[in-house]
Amino acid sequence: MFTDRDAAMDEFLLRALLAGLGLAVVAGPLGCFVAWRRMAYFGDALSHTALLGIVAGLLLGAAPLIGVAAVCIAAALILAGLQRDKALASDSILGIISHGSLALGLVLLSFLEQVRVDLMGWLFGDILAVTYQDAALIWAGAAVVLTLLALHWRTLLAMVVDEDLARVEGYPVERGRVVLMLLVALTVAAAMKVVGVMLVTAMLVIPAAAARRVSRTPEQMALAAAAAGALAVVSGLGLSWRYDTPSGPSIVVMAVALFIVSRTQRG
Amino acid sequence: MTGTALVRCSGVSLAMGGHRVLDRVDLLVEPGRIVTVVGPNGAGKSTLLKVALGLLTPDSGSVERSSAVVGYVPQKLTVERLLPLSVRRFLAMAVMGRVEIGRLEQALARVGAGHVLRRQVADLSGGELQRVLLARALLRQPGLLVLDEPVGGVDMTGQAELYDLIAALARQDGVGVLMVSHDLHVVMAATDEVVCLNRHVCCAGHPETVSVHPEYLALFGPRVAGSLAIYTHAHDHGHLADGSVLPLAGAEPHVHGPGCRHG
Repeated sequence: MFTDRDAAMDEFLLRALLAGLGLAVVAGPLGCFVAWRRMAYFGDALSHTALLGIVAGLLLGAAPLIGVAAVCIAAALILAGLQRDKALASDSILGIISHGSLALGLVLLSFLEQVRVDLMGWLFGDILAVTYQDAALIWAGAAVVLTLLALHWRTLLAMVVDEDLARVEGYPVERGRVVLMLLVALTVAAAMKVVGVMLVTAMLVIPAAAARRVSRTPEQMALAAAAAGALAVVSGLGLSWRYDTPSGPSIVVMAVALFIVSRTQRG
Repeated sequence: MTGTALVRCSGVSLAMGGHRVLDRVDLLVEPGRIVTVVGPNGAGKSTLLKVALGLLTPDSGSVERSSAVVGYVPQKLTVERLLPLSVRRFLAMAVMGRVEIGRLEQALARVGAGHVLRRQVADLSGGELQRVLLARALLRQPGLLVLDEPVGGVDMTGQAELYDLIAALARQDGVGVLMVSHDLHVVMAATDEVVCLNRHVCCAGHPETVSVHPEYLALFGPRVAGSLAIYTHAHDHGHLADGSVLPLAGAEPHVHGPGCRHG
């Protein structure tokens, strides 16, 4: 009989699609800001730090996603503080934090032998293992992020153009900076289950880059990036399903394919 | 000239990365007056403007700013190519709330860039972007204009037109203007006060009084005469390569103060 297996598979796919689409709608618009403000490396640092959050979540017995979100937010605030000091705001500092925390997370994970940890799942995502609770958390996070993004849209856009100009024109730039870092932190946490620590920034940067050629306004680009991300999730999951490829990397491969297609369009 | 100061810097000093960039600088901008800061590269001109704008906090000295609306044209503005942004949208961002397109077109026309409204900001040439930035500052209906090399990349005719526009804003609308310029000869006629900066204020004064004959003015008009005048000042001090003061042999060591005219 196929019916039981089919029902289980449908559940699998439904949860995966729910989680993936929840990520795509928020990673698209936010990824635009990551691209515009050249924060990709910052996103990398945060996602690697998130591995520490997974460890913390497991140690405290909380849901790993909550540990990840907490550690990402803390790391974002620390980085926001560090970046105020221009002498420290270099790529190398981000690199040290990024790879240092990744290595520390891996070392700490090895002490948790009694807990079975699916390391590959965290590093490269295991969207087919998400629960309804995970999917609900992702959508709740997405709702918070999109609301905050909408509320601060004008300020953040003015900051992309020029921070000094934005300040002179009375935009609350300092608040905007912190908000943006928090939003990236929350998104990184949400993306963790879907594509994993190593590929989080891909979900931020690639759909945004794919959306550039087809957009004439910042808002169009944000919407197009969300759509591109959603398309990558659906087609990536299809690829994963059909050929039994790892889900996270499949989604990213499809996003890259979309980006390449977008480059063939006239700008 | 009456009215309260738009910006008053008193004895402002600022060090960046261990180097003193500004050394006890005084600066005063009043409504309807144009103050031009000139000086070599690395003299601290842009830094002084940022201090005056409140973007940088000086280590010592005081900065008083009025609540006037400020229009700012930064020295260099690069709009990220990944950002799709039309000139129309870019201009509208300078004003809180809705703006009719007519006002945007008008502002662009004033700076001689009426044709770029529908273009993408990232596609503008250097001179066009400079004009758009000035239009953006004007849209705010500022009481104070702070312009950091406002005509960089603009062609020669365009430069004269833009300086005329800036002068008209000060004369007719009473806007106070603080600007940095390298084009000493061009700005001279439209400037009430020149501040020669090399980390400290070398000298400051009215350009007209420096080297212009009254008959010359009468013959050619203040604009041409002004553009040909060369602003000279006698140094009672030399400069080391880093801009710090080197007392000249046989001269009294120079002390900067309120009555500092150097010539």
